[in-house]
Amino acid sequence: MIEGIDITHFIVLSASMFFLGVYGFLIRKNMITMLMSLELMLNSVNVNFIAFNIYLNPDFLQGHFFALFIIGVAAAEAALAIAIIIFLYRKFKTINIENSNLMKY
Amino acid sequence: MIVASFLTISSRNILRAAVYLLFVLGATAGLYFMLNFNFLAAVQLMVYSGGIVVLIIFSILLTHQINTILEASSVSKKLITGGAVTMLASVFLWLVMSHKYEISTEKITDSSVNTLGLMLMNFGENGYVLPFEVISILLLAAMIGAIIIAKKFTHD
Repeated sequence: MIEGIDITHFIVLSASMFFLGVYGFLIRKNMITMLMSLELMLNSVNVNFIAFNIYLNPDFLQGHFFALFIIGVAAAEAALAIAIIIFLYRKFKTINIENSNLMKY
Repeated sequence: MIVASFLTISSRNILRAAVYLLFVLGATAGLYFMLNFNFLAAVQLMVYSGGIVVLIIFSILLTHQINTILEASSVSKKLITGGAVTMLASVFLWLVMSHKYEISTEKITDSSVNTLGLMLMNFGENGYVLPFEVISILLLAAMIGAIIIAKKFTHD
């Protein structure tokens, strides 16, 4: 616990990061940029878990482990998403989200 | 950190956006170091900053996007999205601020690598061996899936 820093500071920080991620996810059409916004959101959730673990429930390490597993899942998800993006680029020669409507019907 | 995350989504040069994302993740790792969660901060630095950002930059290079300037989205779309997101964020912040937290003053359990390893391999109370095994299978499946998706198909 850092002296003089309240739990609200952490929550406001992670909330602003999360909503900036949502905004970036919605306004962009490029798939890689959308993926980066997704990473931003996952990261802010991690900050929240750590803050709750330290300030509200310090005698177990549940938030700590949850953050560790989220990092693992995020790595797997990023690898798969980038594989899909490269495949789509080979097929369509673009990575804008609206050009890839292969699975639409 | 907030400035860097804002730049990540607002920068129109995609490579710069990736570098700003690197700043955000590094700052988060610094936050974990300040909270004495050393192992988590090291994992954050290695997996996020070392792995995911490098992967993103590689994919930017592989898709020949290095000089592309992202098209600006239309003003109406920006306004509508920004309004909706701001509304959600203000409701969320109001809820967060009005809640009373029961701050626990107990001393934090030590989070040394020794304790973490024992807890990861422990299947009694406070053991995390089941999620540990599940995530190992998930990573294996993701690896195989990525190879199969990205490999060249010869018939088309």
